[in-house]
Amino acid sequence: MSLINNQITQNSRILSVGAYRPERVVPNSELVDLIDSSDEWIQQRTGIASRHRAAPDQSLVDMAVEAATIAINRAKLRVDQIDSIIFATISYPFQAPSAATELAARLGANTAAAFDISAACAGFSYGVGMASDLVRNRSATYVLVIGGEKLSDFTDPSDRGTAFIFADGVGAAIVGPSETVGIGPMIWGSDATNRDAITLEPSFLEFKRGKSVAEVGWPNIAQEGQRVFRWAVYEMAPVGRQAITAAGITPSDLAAFIPHQANERIIDSLVKSIGLPDTVEVARDIRTTGNTSAASIPLAMDRLLAEHPDLHGKNALLIGFGAGLVFAAQVVELPPQP
Amino acid sequence: MSVTQAEVLAGIKDIVVEVAGIDPTTIEMEKRFNEDLEVDSLSMVEVIVAAEEKFGVKIPDDEVTKMATVADAVNFIVTAAK
Repeated sequence: MSLINNQITQNSRILSVGAYRPERVVPNSELVDLIDSSDEWIQQRTGIASRHRAAPDQSLVDMAVEAATIAINRAKLRVDQIDSIIFATISYPFQAPSAATELAARLGANTAAAFDISAACAGFSYGVGMASDLVRNRSATYVLVIGGEKLSDFTDPSDRGTAFIFADGVGAAIVGPSETVGIGPMIWGSDATNRDAITLEPSFLEFKRGKSVAEVGWPNIAQEGQRVFRWAVYEMAPVGRQAITAAGITPSDLAAFIPHQANERIIDSLVKSIGLPDTVEVARDIRTTGNTSAASIPLAMDRLLAEHPDLHGKNALLIGFGAGLVFAAQVVELPPQP
Repeated sequence: MSVTQAEVLAGIKDIVVEVAGIDPTTIEMEKRFNEDLEVDSLSMVEVIVAAEEKFGVKIPDDEVTKMATVADAVNFIVTAAK
């Protein structure tokens, strides 16, 4: 006997976005002594002037509750209408249960399907793509997608390559049903041969085997910056162009470009190589937020909409890319004005 | 695709001007990317990525680190494109 599935697909879109940036602002001047660097050098190489860092006792999910609550309110939903939660992160310090279930419990969305995804800086784009497909196929109605990190727990303040890059924050979006197509096809994939370009090592099994942090180190982020830079500027431009084509539009139909905020020079290079016209507003949240991995796209989206309210409802290209190396891009219609 | 040294130099000039925004007349064979032209390591990566595309060659990471001068880059590309 063959199975039946009478569900008719529907369209999806981002209904709202919410952001939480921790209170404490850390300027470059606070970090340079340990790495024998300067504010000027950091700004020239990365575009980063300052970043936000969470308090030691402020957890990833504490921040996520704030961002999620804003997104739910802006979508004019009740918490009990959220039927799925996808939490993209690499910095939740528990193997299980997931950050998504902790967030569900804290919000009171106690029956929502909830799971985490580990796709590093591509996590939000992966999450939006999955949420869109869940809504389209009616496996879910309102999906809360979180991109959140507390990377200060996994950043070595004495690492000259990373100490000034990574930061903390959480972005949230609600993906739900739509009359029209609000999320274009996701162009995604990986380059697993570059799996060792960004790492968090050692494995925590080292500690079970009796090793100490002093002996084997803490699993801080390490990256081969130039290798990642080269991969990003060379490989992500075609991915961006494919996402634009897959959505059935041209670059001039875009109002905004919201790439993962890894390095402002990667952003500049992608703008040129994708061939985006001057009319496209480019998110440069990295300058005062740093690289917040999975959180960077929704944080940048929230800021862009706050600074340019006319962008509500317009088309934006998102590209996430990072450790794996993994990537995902899609064109979305930005959420309507709340 | 075979290219001459002069063609590659002209192409590299265009790329360096585009990437680093410097005066094309200052770009000569003996100039050092980092010290003389202020093309830092990340700009160098952009120059290399653009040169690979323009001349249809592969320039491995360990070759990039050896390219101190414009001549180093030009000669590598001329040889690689043969």
